[in-house]
Amino acid sequence: MRRPRLGSTMRTLMLAIACIAAATSVPAAAPTDDLARYPVSGRRSGYTYLSPETRAQQKDEFANPGMLWVEQGERLWSLVPDKSKAQAQSCVGCHGDAAKSMRGVAARYPAFDRGEGHVVSLEHRINACRVKKQGATPFAWESQGLLAMTAYVSRQSLDMPVSVKVTGPAARSFERGRTAYYQRRGQLDMACAHCHEERTGARLRAEVISQGQINGHPVYRQLWQTMGSAQRMFAWCNDAVRADPYAYGSQEYTDLELFVKWRGRGLPVETPAIRR
Amino acid sequence: MPALRFARLLVSVLPWVVFPCTMPAGAADALVPYRVVGDGIPAPLTDTPGDPRRGRVAAANSTQGNCAICHPMPIAELPVFGNLGPPLDGVGARLTEAQLRLRIVDAKRLNPQSIMPAYYHVAGLRRVAPKFQNQPMLSAQEIEDVVAYLATLK
Ligand code: HEC
Ligand code: HEC
Repeated sequence: MRRPRLGSTMRTLMLAIACIAAATSVPAAAPTDDLARYPVSGRRSGYTYLSPETRAQQKDEFANPGMLWVEQGERLWSLVPDKSKAQAQSCVGCHGDAAKSMRGVAARYPAFDRGEGHVVSLEHRINACRVKKQGATPFAWESQGLLAMTAYVSRQSLDMPVSVKVTGPAARSFERGRTAYYQRRGQLDMACAHCHEERTGARLRAEVISQGQINGHPVYRQLWQTMGSAQRMFAWCNDAVRADPYAYGSQEYTDLELFVKWRGRGLPVETPAIRR
Repeated sequence: MPALRFARLLVSVLPWVVFPCTMPAGAADALVPYRVVGDGIPAPLTDTPGDPRRGRVAAANSTQGNCAICHPMPIAELPVFGNLGPPLDGVGARLTEAQLRLRIVDAKRLNPQSIMPAYYHVAGLRRVAPKFQNQPMLSAQEIEDVVAYLATLK
């Protein structure tokens, strides 16, 4: 796994950015704090629970650490993953300019995939392209590469309203996700809804409970000091109530992701968001 | 694959920064049977009387009861308290030991919608992580200690 080396590259990069920021230190127009756009029909992004400093950091492309993943994704977009393969081509080969072809994609994922016959998340879709169209091996879930690709593709939907399709062929998946959301689990015997629907704004020790929205995922989580997908967050919350988490990319988590994304319909895509 | 293992470790360990607890000693022992009378459990679960000093530690300790994650309580050395549950200040004056015992053993007997975990109950739970299966959150003696401590909060 290349992660440790990339990790230190990241850190060097961040340092460099910090230095440049300090050196040039253009206090220029402080990034606008657009709290005013929330709530959307009662729905609030995790953004609204952040300190003003962290909100400003998220809005600032140069200060937002998640942008390092977006930039890596941009490089991967025009890279041929495996030149030895007959299908060798980069994402550009099929999709051209991501700013055009990927605009709006993240806002409507997870989505029913005709070829697969079930609902897939954006991570699955990216890996399907890698395997079927590029002849490459799939990225592991939560790998640097998959997070970078997902962050880059999601970034192309910045500020677009979340709008997933939950009817038609996606309906069964959606209903399974909804059931899971209201189901108690783990030794602590709690459901997602107990915290994120019924007790938002309350505190678990120092941690303020948000609506658990995923309009900013993958997010840079300060606690993790790295990026994480929505499904990593689900696993974290499952662990918190001492429940056995599902595997990343499992249909269970993908169904849950569809339901959770739908809960945040209308919220703007914020990737890469920063969270505590 | 050290990086992958590290990622797994992070995922598995970090929740305990927020919700730390550990399993009680004597895991997997069958639970001591108890009888609910009215809204309480009058008889102690063990022969050894509860120790309020140990109970205070168990209630505060994030590796045992971790009650402060949800309840404000009069434990000055804790920096911060959750507020999902009512303050436990004065709870020993409001409730008898029997009532306290049932609320810690299985609060859902009184309020099926409760989010307070049942600390001495293992049946009917869904998808419990393997290392916690068939173990109560607190041992019978820890329950008695916590009851004895709460009873001092007058
Ligand atoms: C015991 C309480 C609790 C339960 C139960 C719980 N969570 Fe969470 N969740 C938290 C806390 C605390 C955080 C971190 C603060 C925040 O963003 O709300 C969090 C964060 C999240 C986030 C990140 C939100 C953001 O803005 O980045 C998501 C998504 C989430 N939870 C989803 C879920 C799902 C899905 C379930 C059920 C499988 C669940 N949670 C169950 C307490 C809980
Ligand atoms: C996840 C949240 C949570 C945790 C953890 C928790 N409680 Fe509670 N507790 C509650 C809530 C909520 C109530 C309110 C009644 C209800 O909903 O059952 C409550 C009620 C109580 C009551 C009744 C108070 C009264 O005035 O009637 C007692 C006593 C109590 N808790 C003790 C404890 C102790 C002791 C612990 C730890 C060993 C603990 N609780 C852990 C959430 C919690």
